[in-house]
Amino acid sequence: MIDRSTPDLGDLFQDIILEHYKRPRNKGALEGATVDIRMNNPTCGDEVHLYLRVEDGVVRDVAFEGEGCSISQSSISMMTQILKGQPVAEGLRVGELFKDMMHGDPDAAKSKDLKDARALQGVSQFPTRVKCALLGWNAFEEAAKKG
Amino acid sequence: MSDTKRGQENGATVAAKAVDRGPSPFDPEQVRARFPILRTYENDERLVYLDSAATAQRPDVVLETVAKFYRTENANVHRGIYELSRRATDRFEGARSTVARFLNAPDPTEIVWTRGTTEAINLVAATWGQEHIGEGDEILLTRLDHHSNIVPWQLLAKRVGATLRYVDVDEDGRLRLDQYEALLSERTRLVGLNHVSNALGTINPVAEIAERARSVGAVVLVDGAQSAPHIPVDVQALGCDFYAISGHKMGGPMGIGALWARKELLEAMPPYQGGGEMIDVVEDDHSTWAEVPHKFEAGTPNVAGAVGMAAAVAFLQSLGPESVVSHERGLVERGLERLRAVPGLRLFGPPDPEHRIAVFSFALQGVHPHDVATILDAEHIAVRAGHHCTQPLMRRLGVPATTRASCWVYNTPDDIDRLVTGLQKASDIFA
Repeated sequence: MIDRSTPDLGDLFQDIILEHYKRPRNKGALEGATVDIRMNNPTCGDEVHLYLRVEDGVVRDVAFEGEGCSISQSSISMMTQILKGQPVAEGLRVGELFKDMMHGDPDAAKSKDLKDARALQGVSQFPTRVKCALLGWNAFEEAAKKG
Repeated sequence: MSDTKRGQENGATVAAKAVDRGPSPFDPEQVRARFPILRTYENDERLVYLDSAATAQRPDVVLETVAKFYRTENANVHRGIYELSRRATDRFEGARSTVARFLNAPDPTEIVWTRGTTEAINLVAATWGQEHIGEGDEILLTRLDHHSNIVPWQLLAKRVGATLRYVDVDEDGRLRLDQYEALLSERTRLVGLNHVSNALGTINPVAEIAERARSVGAVVLVDGAQSAPHIPVDVQALGCDFYAISGHKMGGPMGIGALWARKELLEAMPPYQGGGEMIDVVEDDHSTWAEVPHKFEAGTPNVAGAVGMAAAVAFLQSLGPESVVSHERGLVERGLERLRAVPGLRLFGPPDPEHRIAVFSFALQGVHPHDVATILDAEHIAVRAGHHCTQPLMRRLGVPATTRASCWVYNTPDDIDRLVTGLQKASDIFA
C-alpha cells in the first residue's frame, strides 16, 4: 500500500487564485521596458514573458505576457502587484520569502509583504505544482541579474 | 546449432504454453487483478490508471519472470561454457524469437535488442542514416511524430546536410496523404512515422505509406511504441524496413526494446556502439564484426529485460490479440461518446473508432491541462498533461498542451465514466 494523503484541492484552487487567473493584473507587453525576459517550464509548457521598467534600482512598471496553468499565471499576476514601485532588492527579498513558503516554511507564509501571493501557500502541498508557482519569480530573478 | 537457433526452439515452447491456456472471455476486471500495482495502490481507493501511453503497468507474470531469471538463471550470455550460462543464453535468444514472432518477422536474427524505441531510432539514424543520407537528401517525417522520431533525424540532418520535411495532419488528426504524395520525391531517402500516434491515438495507414515510399526508393522506419501493445503488428504485411518497439509500453520492463530491420539492411549497416559481444576478431588497430544481430549489441545486454519483455508478449498473446482489440474498441466508443458530451471539451484526433485507439487527448475550456490533471489526481485518476513529446503537433493544433487519458487492457468502461465525472468537477471548480 502506498501511503498518500490527498491534500485538499480547496487549498490549491482558492477563489483569489482563480480570480487572478481569470483576470490577470498587469497583463500585456510593456512599452519602454528596460529589461525583459522569457522563461518556460519545458516539462509542462508554462510560459512567461516578463517586462520591467527599472529606474534608479526601482521597478517603476511591470507587465507580463504568458500562457499556462492557473498556478503559474496567477502567481505571476500576484508577483507584478508586489513588484510595482518597489526597489529591485526588495523584490528579490520578497521572492526569497515566496520560495521559502513554497518549500513549506509556515513563517514565510505569514508575511504581509507577500500580499495576495500568500494564497498560494497551499501549493506547497502539491510538489509537482511548486515549479508552476515559481516560474514568474525565477523570471524576475533572471531579469534582475540582467539589469 | 547457433545460440539464436536454439533460442528459437526455446521460445516456441513459451508460445505453445500461452496457446494452451486458450483465449478466455475477456473480462477487464480479471485482467486488472493480475496487475499488482492496481490491486494494492491504496486500501480503499481504486486507482484509475489512464497513462498507459506513457508507461503501462506490469502484470505479475512479468515481474515473476524477471525475478526468476535473476534468482535461478542469471549468468552472462554468449560466453560461458557452463550450464548456467547456456541456460541464460537460451532464455535470452528465446526471448528474441518470441519478439520476432510477435512482429511476424521472418527471422529472429532480424531483432536487435535496444533500450527502447528511442535507442532503436537513434541506432538507425547513426548507422543506416549516416551511410545513406547525404547532402541535399530529404528525410520525410510527420506532424504526429514523437520527439524520439524527430530529434535523431535533426541531429543527422545537421551532420550530413540533409533536409527534414513533415507531412501535416488534417483537422481530425489524420495524416494528409495528398500532401505526403506531394512531398515524396527521388530526394526522399527515409520516411519516418509512428504506427499509432502517442498524442492523439491515430492509427496511421503504414502499409499504404510504405508502398508509396518504395516507389521512390525510400526506406520506411516505423515507431511502433504505441501500436505493439494495442493492435496486431505484421512487419511483412506492412512492408516497412525498420520497426521499433518498447517493452515498458506493453507490460514489460523499462530499459528494454527492440528494433526489427530487414536482414540485408542490418548486414550492410556499420556497427552502432563498439565493445564486447559485437566483435569477431579484435586486432591492435582494427576489428571485424560479429554476425547480426550481435553486431549491434555491444556490451552485456539487458538479459532480464529481454526475458521480461518476452513474458509481456506471452501475456498479451494469452489474452488473445482479437480480444484486446475488441475490448479497446469498446473503450474507444465509450470514450468518444462520453467525452463528446462534456460541456466545453474539445477532443482531438479521429472522430471515428476505426482510425484510433483508446487514447483521448483533449482541452477543457477555461481549465489548463495541469489543473485538470491535479483535480483528477485528487480522485485517484492518473492522466498525463503536457505536450506528450510532440511539440510540433501541439503547435499545429494551436494548443500549448493537452490532457491525455490513455487506456490499456486493464481499463474498464467505469474508468471512462470516472474520468468524465472528474472532468465535470474540474469545470465546476473553474466555473
